[in-house]
Amino acid sequence: MSETVRNTGLFALVGVLILITGVMQSWNSALLILNMGLISAIMALGVNLQWGFAGLFNIGIMGFVALGGLAAVLVSMPPVPEAWTAGGTGILLALLLGIVTIWGAMLAMAKLPKGRTRVLVLLAILVGGFFVFRAVFDPAVVQIEAVSPAATGYLGGLGLPILLAWPVGGLMAAGAAWLIGKTALGLRSDYLAIATLGIAEIIIAVLKNEDWLSRGVKNVIGIPRPLPYEIDLQSDPAFIERAAGLGLDPVMASTLYVKIGYAVLFLIVLLALLWMAQMALKSPWGRMMRAIRDNETAAEAMGKDVTRRHLQIFVLGSAICGIAGAMMTTLDGQLTPGTYQPLRFTFLIWVMVIVGGSGNNFGAVLGGMLIWFFWVQVEPIGLFVMELITSGLPEDSGLRAHLVESAAHMRLLTMGVILLLVLRFSPQGLIPEK
Amino acid sequence: MDFLNALVAIANYVLIPGIAYGSQLALGALGVTLIYGILRFSNFAHGDTMAFGAMVTILVTWWMQSAGIGFGPLPTALLALPFGILGCMALVLVTDRLVYRFYREQKAKPVILVIVSMGVMFIMNGLVRFIIGVDDQNFADGTRFLISAGDFKQMTGLDEGLAIRTTQAITVITAVVVVAWLFWFLNRTRTGKSMRAYSDNEDLALLSGINPERVVVYTWLIVAALATVAGTLYGLDKSFKPFVYFQLLLPIFASAIVGGLGNPLGAIAGGFIIAFSEVTITYAWKKVLIYLLPAPLEPEELVQLLGTDYKFAVSFVILLIVLLFRPTGIFRGKSL
Repeated sequence: MSETVRNTGLFALVGVLILITGVMQSWNSALLILNMGLISAIMALGVNLQWGFAGLFNIGIMGFVALGGLAAVLVSMPPVPEAWTAGGTGILLALLLGIVTIWGAMLAMAKLPKGRTRVLVLLAILVGGFFVFRAVFDPAVVQIEAVSPAATGYLGGLGLPILLAWPVGGLMAAGAAWLIGKTALGLRSDYLAIATLGIAEIIIAVLKNEDWLSRGVKNVIGIPRPLPYEIDLQSDPAFIERAAGLGLDPVMASTLYVKIGYAVLFLIVLLALLWMAQMALKSPWGRMMRAIRDNETAAEAMGKDVTRRHLQIFVLGSAICGIAGAMMTTLDGQLTPGTYQPLRFTFLIWVMVIVGGSGNNFGAVLGGMLIWFFWVQVEPIGLFVMELITSGLPEDSGLRAHLVESAAHMRLLTMGVILLLVLRFSPQGLIPEK
Repeated sequence: MDFLNALVAIANYVLIPGIAYGSQLALGALGVTLIYGILRFSNFAHGDTMAFGAMVTILVTWWMQSAGIGFGPLPTALLALPFGILGCMALVLVTDRLVYRFYREQKAKPVILVIVSMGVMFIMNGLVRFIIGVDDQNFADGTRFLISAGDFKQMTGLDEGLAIRTTQAITVITAVVVVAWLFWFLNRTRTGKSMRAYSDNEDLALLSGINPERVVVYTWLIVAALATVAGTLYGLDKSFKPFVYFQLLLPIFASAIVGGLGNPLGAIAGGFIIAFSEVTITYAWKKVLIYLLPAPLEPEELVQLLGTDYKFAVSFVILLIVLLFRPTGIFRGKSL
């Protein structure tokens, strides 16, 4: 069996699995799996860029995804003029002061000679700057959050089209990645891992607590969509007629129409990124990356600037995760910082990359789609299995109730087992690197 | 008098919680550091190992409570702790046999082992959720306070109360006992010495006839004991919630790295550094300042440097500073 046939077969398998879901469960859930699968594939592509191409161990994916989600809010939500007049200038001034403080500290660090004076000056700038920042920042926040807290209580966004948020999400994630990369790259790989893990937690903490920015745990709902609302479609006579022509009732047709619309949008982005990643892989740049990954010392001896290249690819990969995050928030139509969990948004993506085949872009895409399918479907399957196992137990048995109830947690167990099995018996993944 | 009140307030809200939390972090970081020193990888499953050990302890505690076995004024969980340790030991030994040994024999790169530990983390996390669920579990019993705030006020006549919870006292005492035993073991016993030798120089240790598999087994046993003790103490002091243990991974790793990965003394120092920074920076200093400052200078706000939700940021920033200025950690890591 040639390689192409095998790989096509694997992708076809994912397609068949989704089709089976459509027939067995419902077309809506099948499309939902497809849409999130496409987004997961994009995230996996980003991680593959970092891990597969360059061997960078990033476990802060969740943070970049969440930044993309924040971009969706900041770009597309209508601005809240009252909040801006109440505390907008205060916030901007405070942020400016914060930047000036950090810039001043960095300047002092670079310019002053090493010694006790430098430490003292640095401390003075940082501590003083922090208090000035809080003095300007805190009142502004209170004023903004006081503006109809139940409905807004935040600055709002720019009111621009949501599709613009996708590249912006990528840019925001890239900016954050640049900052992290500047400090943490060049350290040992485990240290980079811990640093990224930490930054992701901090980003989530900011999203949860800075209500003026993203309403915190009050969530932002009703983010504008790039596609029409189902309700509007259902009252559109032309749409009803077309739906009737296909033999569908308007409600069903409208939900399918919207989901297929998203799928098409996501597919376009995925294909574009996949094409770029393939081009990068084949280019001299990609070869250099792999050379660095395989033997850093040798690459450095050949005159390659390893740290710079690492920074470059770290930023690029994180930007892709940011784009995917913005897309996901668009699909959900809401930003809910409470739902970002590392197991789901960081480690699951890692399972996707490893299972799919690290170092191979098609592998990452396949892994993203396949693992997402299992992540969703393990729960109903687990429930089914549990009910089968416990069918012999009496109805009122506590063990039975516990087992059936616990089936929901099967997915973590399954993912762990899949990851370990692949690592042990097929460490190259489903589609190995060429 | 005001000065004394301020001191008591600091002791009550910063010192005592900081010491208790620091002991828990130190025990967790010791486990991470031992694995790093001997098995040479960062074990991401450590948080969930703690959760598993604590879970077994809780299950045995519940059984004891229902059977009417108690420990007087002390929490029953202390009686159940040995069983929890045994359960956790069994789990990590099985994991090592089934998972890690293969990669050890292959001499896989450390980063592969880290990814493998991610898989183990998924499985352990799933197991814990599967068996005990995701909810908060309360299993503390016995006397709640060693000294309650009210008693303290009566005793001393101060306005400010000082409360020491039994769990806090137990945490500190247990941590001291465990750490003392660990150092005695590492420095005085044959096995401990062979562990240190193996960590220092693997080839030399092999040449002098140290059996690596034996060293690894002992390491896992000790790590399981440390993780269970740390997990149970944390659960007793706060509450048991599987998700929280995963989040502890960050401060634990920060402690181990700040102190110097692979260095047990560093792990303890790191644990206390991280714990005290977190508590100090997220504590609202208003009360203390009111006691200390003259009336016109008294603050109106809480004087809290950072919200408690940003405690991760604290451990993270300390971690970054140490990594940037002293990448091997305060105590020069990688020697056991």
